[in-house]
Amino acid sequence: MDLLRFSTAGSVDDGKSTLIGRLLFDSKGVFEDQLEAAERSTVNRSAGPIDLSLLTDGLRAEREQGITIDVAYRYFATPKRKFIIADTPGHEQYTRNMATGASTADLAIILIDARYGALVQSRRHTIIASLLRIPQIVIAVNKMDLVGFSQARFDEIQRDFKPFVDQMGFTGVQWIPLSALSGDNVVTPSAVAPWYTGPSLLEHLETVEIAPIDVRDDFRFPVQFVIRPNLNFRGFAGLLAAGTLKVGDEVLALPAGTRSKVKQIHTHDADLAVVSAPRCVTVLLEDEIDVSRGDMLVHPQRMPWVKRDFDARLVWMDATPLDVTRPYLIKHTTRTVRVKIAQLLYRIDTNTLEHVPATTQQLNEISRVRISAAQALYLDSYDANRTTGSFILIDPLTNATVAAGMVVADQPGEDQGVATLSRIDRAAREAHNGHRAQAILLAGTSRDAQSQFAHALETRLFHRGAQVLVLDSESAKGDVAVLTATVRLLLGAGLVALIDLPLDKRAERDALRRSLGADDVVEMLIEAPEFTANSDFQRPVLADCTIGLRRGGLDAATAQAVTWLADHGLFGTHRVVSPGAGI
Amino acid sequence: MESFAQNPSQLHAQSHLQALEDESIFIMREVAAEFERPCLLFSGGKDSIVMLRLAEKAFRPGKFPFPLMHIDTGHNFPEVIAFRDYRAAQLGERLIVRSVEDSIKAGRIVERPGQDNSRNRMQIPTLLDGIAEFRFDAVFGGARRDEEKARAKERIYSFRDSHGQWDPKNQRPELWNLYNGRIHKGEHIRVFPISNWTELDIWQYIATEQLEIPSIYYAHRRPIVIRNGLVLPISDLLPALPDETVEERTVRFRTVGDATCTACVESPAATPWQVIEETAVTRITERGATRVDDKVSEASMEDRKRAGYF
Repeated sequence: MDLLRFSTAGSVDDGKSTLIGRLLFDSKGVFEDQLEAAERSTVNRSAGPIDLSLLTDGLRAEREQGITIDVAYRYFATPKRKFIIADTPGHEQYTRNMATGASTADLAIILIDARYGALVQSRRHTIIASLLRIPQIVIAVNKMDLVGFSQARFDEIQRDFKPFVDQMGFTGVQWIPLSALSGDNVVTPSAVAPWYTGPSLLEHLETVEIAPIDVRDDFRFPVQFVIRPNLNFRGFAGLLAAGTLKVGDEVLALPAGTRSKVKQIHTHDADLAVVSAPRCVTVLLEDEIDVSRGDMLVHPQRMPWVKRDFDARLVWMDATPLDVTRPYLIKHTTRTVRVKIAQLLYRIDTNTLEHVPATTQQLNEISRVRISAAQALYLDSYDANRTTGSFILIDPLTNATVAAGMVVADQPGEDQGVATLSRIDRAAREAHNGHRAQAILLAGTSRDAQSQFAHALETRLFHRGAQVLVLDSESAKGDVAVLTATVRLLLGAGLVALIDLPLDKRAERDALRRSLGADDVVEMLIEAPEFTANSDFQRPVLADCTIGLRRGGLDAATAQAVTWLADHGLFGTHRVVSPGAGI
Repeated sequence: MESFAQNPSQLHAQSHLQALEDESIFIMREVAAEFERPCLLFSGGKDSIVMLRLAEKAFRPGKFPFPLMHIDTGHNFPEVIAFRDYRAAQLGERLIVRSVEDSIKAGRIVERPGQDNSRNRMQIPTLLDGIAEFRFDAVFGGARRDEEKARAKERIYSFRDSHGQWDPKNQRPELWNLYNGRIHKGEHIRVFPISNWTELDIWQYIATEQLEIPSIYYAHRRPIVIRNGLVLPISDLLPALPDETVEERTVRFRTVGDATCTACVESPAATPWQVIEETAVTRITERGATRVDDKVSEASMEDRKRAGYF
């Protein structure tokens, strides 16, 4: 039996609480004493003998005012599935509450009153469900009893609203004519609407396919807690947020940039050979590397974005509006850091999806912002991964959760360099030069040796006929964006760029590799024996090739490097491809 | 329901229990990582027994990064207290007990006269005193949202002000699995890792995990009276009224709260699987069948929670 989480959207007038009450009642998810309490209640807002909405409205103020204040969670199970309903109210706090309910939902039910058809509000609900990337929606045309279960009316509503819904990008859309009050098509198929041959609401909920969490190989494991009972056990506990992890897999730890292999996947029940998201496990690594809460273990070739500046959609949830001059805290996976909203790009009109210029953002508004964090975050787009693509913002003074955020897929380019107007493209230049454009990241166990090697390799490549240039990475003053833009410019000009980067600049290396693409970057480790002999030296696990450099052996070392590059297609028709890339 | 009730091995294939377990483990680890002084309320009841198994799954082979605490109302079933001590010792974890009896002696609580001397409300000062004494900043409770309507609206991280109060209209939004545990000095958070579990889930988990629970959860003979439609166990704490007839029946408890106001149900169920079969077809909620005090008003739980109840 699996678990379906769904949320409901619609206002009190649409009969939302009645629908849920009906679903619980008819599927026997409601108990006699709850029913008795509803009967005993001094309030009855419905026309019927029992106000089914009282089954869901739990708080005193709600019963007294006949409104739903907050998200309520309800549970029921059929032999096929267990269901968790996030019941969200439909009045003015709608967006905020729907965002809360939707954040964990597989499906949303959008209610439409058959008498009025799709209203502005229905469009808004649909847009929000789409912005929040709920994969499945049900358009429940309710109160069909009040239009005599007319097929013509249902068809008319569908004709009006369907083109709009279909462009919203849902994985699945199901239209159901029903009556929450009479129960038709809620649990059992209706006898009064024989023209409708689709499933009842419950049948649909029981059988709709739940999108599996992504099964790609690029696993993400945010470290939550370190379990270290004794010297023999140092486990990183957390929720595998994406992908599959196997014993023996190579992992890269962010932000340290060190690599290791999975030694053991521990659970209290048994060790696992392989685990797929989403599961809580404790990972033990082969090497004693520095990893703590807030770090992330990732696939070495398929990294998330490592970014301090990024764009996101923001749902504002606090009565105090966004203040772009103030710092906030961001909680993203298990990492909490300070951020500023560098730019409020625009507000999204939830009735039309139009982008509206804005200087501030109020409660329930959705916007696109550019965020600047004090430390790098390890991000995926929300479309790709709900866990590594989502975050909340916290007001550091009041501690209130003020916003929910979703990392967008179309991040701004990192180019800060000068644009080129050239009409000769890279391929033509490569053909002309007789070699591929290539970025070579040098990593040396000795800075001096690395530097000497860089110049010697430049000379050797030059004499071999290559257009080549050594870049001093330190002149970029730690600005990855500048470094990246420069390297991209050189690659566009068809050059071989030798980048002399200190060994410990792991984040820069990874950012460079990520933003330029695995094919364009090759990492070369220059190993000077006098340093590797030192016991403090931690050998980087990575590097596409390793060149041994003895004292006075520059010639041999650069020859070895050029041979390796030639073997890997620098002078041929195939691009140099690092062995691990493109898996 | 019946098919898997009769076939235990099929339960292992039930992904909903796995999903619930993972969610609870994640919450426990999150609290352990972000708070300085958490504690876990352990009463010896079935929900808190499940909580202890989840804590084992979250933190073994390490020790629990928090002590256990029980607020002893003095109105307990002896089997449950014995089980509480047995289980804490078996796990090798620290158990703190603070009792309502002591609070009464110290003049912190005054007992209400009359027949209804339930200690559900009276345990609130003892609980708050215990939290203050150890400066706990996060307190795990085994409450579930399916138990009661006010609970259905409570967050997993339930923020409490410096008086321990819950403000239902001013709760922090809770999205994805991103819990906001930031508090000021003197405030604390009640954390409910099994919020999304139902009574049936708890029993299915007890069965699949083969958890030991106090014997009174299973069918046994006991003297009872029928009062207001509830089956009440007769004891020194809950004597029969003069006009009532005491009978011996085969009963079990669905909850084991305050012995003066916890009813039992007539049942022959002697194993977790038999309880599951009954639970799957029952038409009355756990609290409705067994809690005398929740019937006092439509909002009695909400009122207790506002005052600091967990």
